[in-house]
Amino acid sequence: MKQLISVFAIMAIMLSACTGNNKQVNAQSIADLEIRHEDADHHLDSRENMDHHNMEMGSGIEHHMDSSPMTVQKSRTNSIVIDAYLKIKNALVADNGKDATKAAKDLVNAFDNIYKSSIPAEKMSEVKEIIEDAREHADHISENQGNIEHQREHFEMLSIDIKGLIAVAGADRTLYQIYCPMYNNKKGGMWLSASNEIKNPLYGSKMLNCGEVKSKISIQ
Amino acid sequence: MRWFKVIVLIVIVALLGIQFIPVKRNMSTIIPSTDFIIIYKPSERVSDILKTSCYNCHSNHTDYPWYSYVQPVGLYLEGHISEGKENLNLSEFGNYSGRRQKSKLTAMIYQIKDNKMPLPAYTFIHRNAKLSGEDKKQLQNFLNR
Repeated sequence: MKQLISVFAIMAIMLSACTGNNKQVNAQSIADLEIRHEDADHHLDSRENMDHHNMEMGSGIEHHMDSSPMTVQKSRTNSIVIDAYLKIKNALVADNGKDATKAAKDLVNAFDNIYKSSIPAEKMSEVKEIIEDAREHADHISENQGNIEHQREHFEMLSIDIKGLIAVAGADRTLYQIYCPMYNNKKGGMWLSASNEIKNPLYGSKMLNCGEVKSKISIQ
Repeated sequence: MRWFKVIVLIVIVALLGIQFIPVKRNMSTIIPSTDFIIIYKPSERVSDILKTSCYNCHSNHTDYPWYSYVQPVGLYLEGHISEGKENLNLSEFGNYSGRRQKSKLTAMIYQIKDNKMPLPAYTFIHRNAKLSGEDKKQLQNFLNR
């Protein structure tokens, strides 16, 4: 028994020693990374890449500001996607993380069904790209039942994707893009709704009426 | 007491045994052109914050502490690293679609704002990885750019 205790004591000492060393280890590792960083710098193509991506980053908030009315083609392709999306929205309006989780699972299934529908080949790559991103947000919403604020964050990002999906593959109903300038440290956040009445899913009961209709998405 | 000894012995043998489990190491030495810092060229300060507080679990290169060679600690760390990379791999950031890059940037802003990242288990050991108020401000300003 005594031996056992001394073994644990030695382990504890070793562990505490490693915490002390840590700062040194990290400084060393930063220096290492620095060197590797410089090496990579010499690649010409990485600079080209950088310019390209900087441009993309600069336009990062354009989706929030776009307030022109939008007309999309009438299509039933997205029907179940829109149904599930609006269910998530309503659950978040009602501060109900559990229902948001359920609806997010429906949404994931709905994405799988989209691939089985008749999407023109030329639109397929864009649809795939949107769904790949949207699916990740839906997964996060379904996995975070107990953390509604995290669900709301992913819902906001999901909304951008759903708007994109509707622009490419159409909608079966009129939708409204609603914008709340308060969200995310006043960076703003948007969502889609079947009604122009403001009920805020990003804050729920905390700020139910914050928001304004930014644009109407009509079907052809 | 005899049973106690037997159990201790079993535990010791098991601990020794798992030392032989091979663990895949996340130690690429190449910085690809798709690397986040290469693409966005943040200030030195922001680069340092990213490398200290994010890159160990969100890139293809981890600077392993010595105790990562001891099991089951190493297996536990490897689980975190693979999950971290699955959600965000800064080494391969350029391979994400434009849409996904924007999403990842926004998600990074949220995670930092909400104090969700770096994980408490990580900053407990890596004290210098903890983001100060000023670190957070610098990161947010850069990511919001």
